[in-house]
Amino acid sequence: MGWFSTTPFLNVPNSTQITYRKSSWWKLNQQRLTPWIFLFPGLLLFLVYVIWPIFNSLYISLLQWDGLSPAIYVGLSNYIELLDDEYFYISLMNNLKWLILFMLAVPIGLGLAIFLNQTIFGIRLIKSLFFFPFVISQVVIGIIFSWFYNPRGVIGPFLDKLGLSNYAILADENFATYGIIFAGIYPQIAYCMILYLTGLNNLNTDQIEAGRMDGAKGFSLFKNIILPQLKPATFLAIVVTVIGSLRSFDMVAIMTQGGPYGSTNVLAYYMFETALSEYGYRMGYGSAIAAVLFTIMMFYILFFIYRMYQSEKKGL
Amino acid sequence: MFPIPIQKRPLINRISYKILVPVSLFVWLIPLIGIMLTSIRGLGDITAGNYWGIPSEFLLFSNIKDVFQNTPMLSYIINSFKITIPTVIGAVAISCMTGFALASYKFKANLFIFFTFIAGNFVPFQILMIPVRDLTFQMGLYDTVTGLVLFHVAFQTGFCTLFMRNFIKALPNELFEAARIDGTSEFNIFLKIVVPLTRPAIAALSVLIFTFIWNDFFWATVLIQGQHAMPITAGLKSLNGQWVTVYHLLSAGSIIAAVPPVIMFFLMQKHFIAGLTLGASKG
Repeated sequence: MGWFSTTPFLNVPNSTQITYRKSSWWKLNQQRLTPWIFLFPGLLLFLVYVIWPIFNSLYISLLQWDGLSPAIYVGLSNYIELLDDEYFYISLMNNLKWLILFMLAVPIGLGLAIFLNQTIFGIRLIKSLFFFPFVISQVVIGIIFSWFYNPRGVIGPFLDKLGLSNYAILADENFATYGIIFAGIYPQIAYCMILYLTGLNNLNTDQIEAGRMDGAKGFSLFKNIILPQLKPATFLAIVVTVIGSLRSFDMVAIMTQGGPYGSTNVLAYYMFETALSEYGYRMGYGSAIAAVLFTIMMFYILFFIYRMYQSEKKGL
Repeated sequence: MFPIPIQKRPLINRISYKILVPVSLFVWLIPLIGIMLTSIRGLGDITAGNYWGIPSEFLLFSNIKDVFQNTPMLSYIINSFKITIPTVIGAVAISCMTGFALASYKFKANLFIFFTFIAGNFVPFQILMIPVRDLTFQMGLYDTVTGLVLFHVAFQTGFCTLFMRNFIKALPNELFEAARIDGTSEFNIFLKIVVPLTRPAIAALSVLIFTFIWNDFFWATVLIQGQHAMPITAGLKSLNGQWVTVYHLLSAGSIIAAVPPVIMFFLMQKHFIAGLTLGASKG
């Protein structure tokens, strides 16, 4: 704290005392106040647009409200209605399918990363091209795949050969969700791959060499020496994949809009449909769905924060 | 090195690897190749079911011209830029400040504020949707670029703060201490030491946020209604409804929408990947 003692208290002419006092107060408190001045714009925006809306939504979920006429407080009745809502359960189940199948992106991404972690001519360009799908908007990915699946589109000739002429997966209520998940997982694999490529780049070569000297090979080398070192990449890959799977709105909106017969709905889309579409403006009920989604996500957020907190404690 | 470098493998492995890589790349990109092929076809090919053969006509440019002439695509693209660029500038500027505050000052609420930013960043959009839409309405900013930008800046501040804070935290603290002993004010430390040193982080964040915002669809749907402010993602979606059968035009539109982030990615690849994976070494 050396800079405090350098404040010159002596040699100050009397006439400038007042201005001096001001600046001295500032100088003394500069350290304490500066962070708050720097935090102010960001914190204000974040509180207004992110933190407050969370609590406001939780409150709205207790109302019956169409967004225009006065709201009526109805307690937990929106949540009680949810318990009997068939579409809510379909959406919840679909979220589960998304979550489970999305997890495949992690090992597939790892496999691709290991496959591509070589130095041959042009490998940099090849890696970037593999990463390509992640850079493109989900809207475009959704359009690409809807058209890919269209029986009179790209996949048509192949379907004919398989004897499945005119089969439209997105119109089949039993399989449409899987069709969307397959499209959604495509960019996610690219994301996981890039995380693992970085992880593989940062491996500790000495440990690997030592392991090889001890006769570790193939899978046992991978399992005992490589995988533990890739833990940070795995952690991040799982976190972003879980969050990606719960943010399935874009794909569903583009590819099926929840149909056929609501069979591809997920909570994110069902909430939007309830609160803001031609199906009506049920803000309270929509907020209750959002609150359920939020609660699910909160587990992961808290888990992530706990992990960050642990590493912060180590760092401090 | 893991796996063992292919150069140390027998010849047969090396050859098969060199064959396997391009083949797998081709398989991986089939959906994208499909849409590119379609975008250069004419209506004749589409109706004849020629999706994978050699295009009978090369109509990429005329398809693109068609898209621009018959749809508001140009105004969608301009809107996308009008939304994306101010958001990038705003979010990066603000998070330089918050990141600096959280990285280099010790005060009680520090970690709590930091974790609030992180938690908020992961929240599902739906829990924010109704209040944010309401708030935007009340400010008279519904259906305007400004309203959308304000929200984007606020929301991206969470991720950007996490990123900047970790970056600045990794800078040597002695630099700041030395400047303080020399009597440099805290603001000058920020402007003259922190900002120049965080340039790589600023670059990485800018590319990332550019891509995130350019590709945003949800908030464009919630906060924008009319064509005059609609970005390309929402625009494409509305075209998707109108053009169910005109795939060659829809493909051309999709490619137009994908071009800016793809260019951004290739120009700033190193920064982009550094941005995405910064957390991988931290976690």
